Amino acid sequence: MTVDRRWRIALRAIGLTYLALLLLIPIGLVFYRTFEHGVMAVYDSVTTPAAISAFSLTLTVTAIAVPLNTVFGVLCALALARGRFRGKGVLNAIIDLPFAISPVVVGLALILVFGRGGWLGDLPFQVIFSVPGIVLATIFISVPFVVREVTPVLAEVGDEQEQAAATLGANRWQAFWRITLPSIRWGVAYGVVLSVARCIGEFGAVSVVSGKISGDTETLTLLVEKRFQNFDLAGAYAASALLALIALATLLAMTTINPRRDDA
Amino acid sequence: MSTLALNLRGRPAGRPGALGLGVSTLWLSLIVLLPLAAVVARSTEGGLDAFWSAVSSRQAVSALRFTLLVSLAATVVNAVTGTLIAWVLVRDQFRGKRIVGALIDLPFALPTIVAGLTLLALYGPTSPVGIDVAFTQFAVLLALLFVTLPFVIRAVQPVLIELDREMEEAALSLGANARTVFLRVILPNLVPAILSGAALAFARAVGEFGSIVLISGNIPFETQVASMFIFKQIESDNPIGAAAISVVLMLLSLLVLVGIRGLGRWGARHDR
Repeated sequence: MTVDRRWRIALRAIGLTYLALLLLIPIGLVFYRTFEHGVMAVYDSVTTPAAISAFSLTLTVTAIAVPLNTVFGVLCALALARGRFRGKGVLNAIIDLPFAISPVVVGLALILVFGRGGWLGDLPFQVIFSVPGIVLATIFISVPFVVREVTPVLAEVGDEQEQAAATLGANRWQAFWRITLPSIRWGVAYGVVLSVARCIGEFGAVSVVSGKISGDTETLTLLVEKRFQNFDLAGAYAASALLALIALATLLAMTTINPRRDDA
Repeated sequence: MSTLALNLRGRPAGRPGALGLGVSTLWLSLIVLLPLAAVVARSTEGGLDAFWSAVSSRQAVSALRFTLLVSLAATVVNAVTGTLIAWVLVRDQFRGKRIVGALIDLPFALPTIVAGLTLLALYGPTSPVGIDVAFTQFAVLLALLFVTLPFVIRAVQPVLIELDREMEEAALSLGANARTVFLRVILPNLVPAILSGAALAFARAVGEFGSIVLISGNIPFETQVASMFIFKQIESDNPIGAAAISVVLMLLSLLVLVGIRGLGRWGARHDR
């Protein structure tokens, strides 16, 4: 016994109280407020045309951003874990940038490139206040996840099996599909889960570039804000509860994938 | 392993050649670097005078100062409570511990706007317990505590699991009390992890936007944080001024990050 029992119980009480006050009670209260007036009211509130359009835009944007970041993320991770080249530290730092930069600055950056008077301001199609801008913002903020999850796994499994495959006559493509990918699959899965959660939940960057046109460029998180600002508290809670359920599903996926990663 | 790899270096299968590296660098340059370069380059478009007057306006200075202070406060509080919670999760045994452990990541998974809304439900005007801190500086602190909660816990937890308990038992058998063991044996081993978690938390807090939007009220000179100020500048069609503040915000965040990392490195050297 390293710390005596009273200390142990006191620390547990402080820790759990902090978590309860900050996390559990507020979130529980939102669920309670959401379903206070029955399930049908919630159902009606999340199936209005604006809500359906917001949900499908959020899913579309996520469905574009996550696969792109997965493919390029695995490529980056391979380069970082296997390659020896100058400027590796710089590449590493660039990958972490989206973690360290305010989402509002991300949105602003896109406006300065693609907006009126921007570096690429006169493209034949509209980027800012339109779906391409939302997609670019979402890709930006979710760049690091897959790379950061896959790089350590690649370093851990080493490249002996790949070398063996090569000496047995496998080409690069075969070695990647048959050896490398199966050994990193849980790392990739974890990165994808984190990316999906982040893409669905992104607010700041999207809020700057979207223009918030209901039924067109309004994502689910923007809908929450608009309903709150319009004093539609029940509607805001309903949309929030939907997003919170997605977050809980994410946590469940994370706890399912994590132990498998350790086995691999 | 590396010598083996060197010996077999004839055909590096599965190794991305120059092509893979080139493609990923190009991707990062287009998605990340080009937009950020635009912020830095265009922040001085109106000349250095315009840059200076944008960042030295009273409202900008006040927003930047408040952002720094409230982010530091949130970081310090979560460094302490985060270490405590990590200790409880690793060393204590109680029912439901696994669920609590999984819920720690909730602030990462929950959209920030929902985080703000949930805090407002309990600590806002419609609070069932009658606590209303909405639109105060404390509300901003609360939002930052929420979104930065996991960083220190997740940094300290693995170190604490690996920590050799024999050292603690030795100290106890030599007559140290629990407090001494914690301060002289456990804490020094955790400091690098606490600092690196705190650095991540601080970087996150400085740029935070979504969870603050609803709860802060965005009152200039009082509850307005830098990201909200930048947002307002964009809305009032002043992207160049917004870029200037953004550059300062990024520099400040970078400075503190480097500072905290330096402190961690100094601590690690000091240890030996």
